[in-house]
Amino acid sequence: MRKSTGREKMWWAIITVFVLVYALFPVASIFATSFKAPSDLTSGEFLPNGWTTENYEQILVGSAQDLFLSSLWNSIGISLIATAIAVVLATLCAYAIARLDFPGKKLVLTTALAVSIFPVISIVTPLFNVWRTIGLYDTWLGLIIPYLSLTLPISIWTLTAFFKQIPWELEQAAQVDGATTWQAFRKAIVPLAAPGVFTTAIIAFFIAWNDFVYGISLTSTEAARPVPAALAFFTGASQFQAPTGAISAAAIIVTIPIVLLVLLFQRQIVSGLTQGAVKG
Amino acid sequence: MSHDAATDQKPGQHRKQKKYVSDRARAEKRLGWYLAGPAFVIMLMVTLYPILQAFFDSLYAFRLTAPDEREFIWFGNYITVLSDSVWWRDFGVTVLITIITVAVELVLGFALALVMNKAIKSLRGLLRTAILVPYGIITVVSAYAWFYAFDINSGYINSWFGWLPGIDQELNWFAEFWPSLFVIMASEIWKTTPFISLLLLAGLAQVPGELTEAAEVDGATWWERMRRVIIPNMKAAIMVAVLFRALDAFRIFDNVFIMTNGAHGTEVLSLLAYRTSITRLEIGLGSAISVLLFICVLIISFIAVKGFKVDLAGSQGGK
Repeated sequence: MRKSTGREKMWWAIITVFVLVYALFPVASIFATSFKAPSDLTSGEFLPNGWTTENYEQILVGSAQDLFLSSLWNSIGISLIATAIAVVLATLCAYAIARLDFPGKKLVLTTALAVSIFPVISIVTPLFNVWRTIGLYDTWLGLIIPYLSLTLPISIWTLTAFFKQIPWELEQAAQVDGATTWQAFRKAIVPLAAPGVFTTAIIAFFIAWNDFVYGISLTSTEAARPVPAALAFFTGASQFQAPTGAISAAAIIVTIPIVLLVLLFQRQIVSGLTQGAVKG
Repeated sequence: MSHDAATDQKPGQHRKQKKYVSDRARAEKRLGWYLAGPAFVIMLMVTLYPILQAFFDSLYAFRLTAPDEREFIWFGNYITVLSDSVWWRDFGVTVLITIITVAVELVLGFALALVMNKAIKSLRGLLRTAILVPYGIITVVSAYAWFYAFDINSGYINSWFGWLPGIDQELNWFAEFWPSLFVIMASEIWKTTPFISLLLLAGLAQVPGELTEAAEVDGATWWERMRRVIIPNMKAAIMVAVLFRALDAFRIFDNVFIMTNGAHGTEVLSLLAYRTSITRLEIGLGSAISVLLFICVLIISFIAVKGFKVDLAGSQGGK
């Protein structure tokens, strides 16, 4: 395979271009739209005729500022908190599953699996009703709790897979040296486990960041509405103007963190997503 | 991965040799539940409790706009839902979307997995980075990207592909069933194929290299190797990938909501549930739909696990 002939090289170049176009074209498409002036939107062309930043101005400092910036803040806050809680709980849980001998291991893993295939919309109706009664409707906490149903199961599975590959002799060595189980966990294992935990956090964050169903069903104002839901409520600069440009600009802004994480941690994300599948 | 065989012996297994329950083992058991307990309890609280609540609510005629008229009606809501043609139409659309997207994604994802598996090291990183972009992107953003590209006002697809039969400047993709469904499925496929291809890539890595080499030495063609050696050896990975994607596709909501909001017969079951409970505030009926949707997912999983012997526990979950 390594003896790449000229013909083979050409094929790989074609395949690579093909995959890149596949993966990036829709992003490029909305990127181009986000720089179009309102009059330019109906041009029927891919690229703007004149690049303008007025859509970005509208959502960052202009009329749609309140709507967008508050939702961005909500998205960042809620997703990060939901990710942090899920990763902390999943780290403890996965350590126990990978390392300790206790009845009910399988039950925990099966539950995580069942929760991850659970139809989100089935949870929304009862939560909508209950949240209204107890005052969690349209609050951060009211979204953080259901987000755990998205972030916890995958965190448990991914981390369990990571933890099963850690050389546990180190922990035993620490225990032989007189450390308790807890100390051995903290001193010997945490440094080894940190990369897996970090990768899991990225994947969990992607999932929380992506949520739309909870965001649109369990919020009603700017107090807690996250970006994906807010996009559906954007209005144009005037009543007669479609919010196409503003939505595109907002879409690009919330895609930036995703692209950065992917560029920086591509290898970790792939191993995190596939490791659980290779070895459950 | 190659070192799998070595790590196959689970660490901690030597402890099982102790037949009596020592203090140490008891402490370990306790610690195990202390550590796993919180996650376990929270998972139950955020899913089991709401679905039980949904089942309870579904037995009442109850709408939020008239809270005093709440009345226990047994399975009346289920009869209302199941005898309504809207449920069955939406069910059909959902199944249609599930089957088509999963079939296309399986083929496309397999091709991507093969490319990533064969690619030389210097290309591998680039390819993986590229396909992780659709994986990580927000579904709603994907929906808008595809929507604006095809939309009759802001789109350019009509002018680019005007030479194709059936496409011209006047084609309004979102005014009819099939064209809107096409764009909805395109966005769904684009966004979720990377996930399926990564699962398949993991399966591909597990096919023993000696087997494919032996087949090659014996003069098997590429197609024969694929059909007789590679695919049978990664059947488990394929099944798991298909099941996860099918269950995920069955819950499709974001793309439909953004692009058509269910217009022109494109409504799916999740959207029906949303419209009934959140928009029309019919909590009783909406809960019945939620429970029915949950039962559909259970049935799909049951058929897959029992009928196709998919070993779910041996794999990873999530989107």
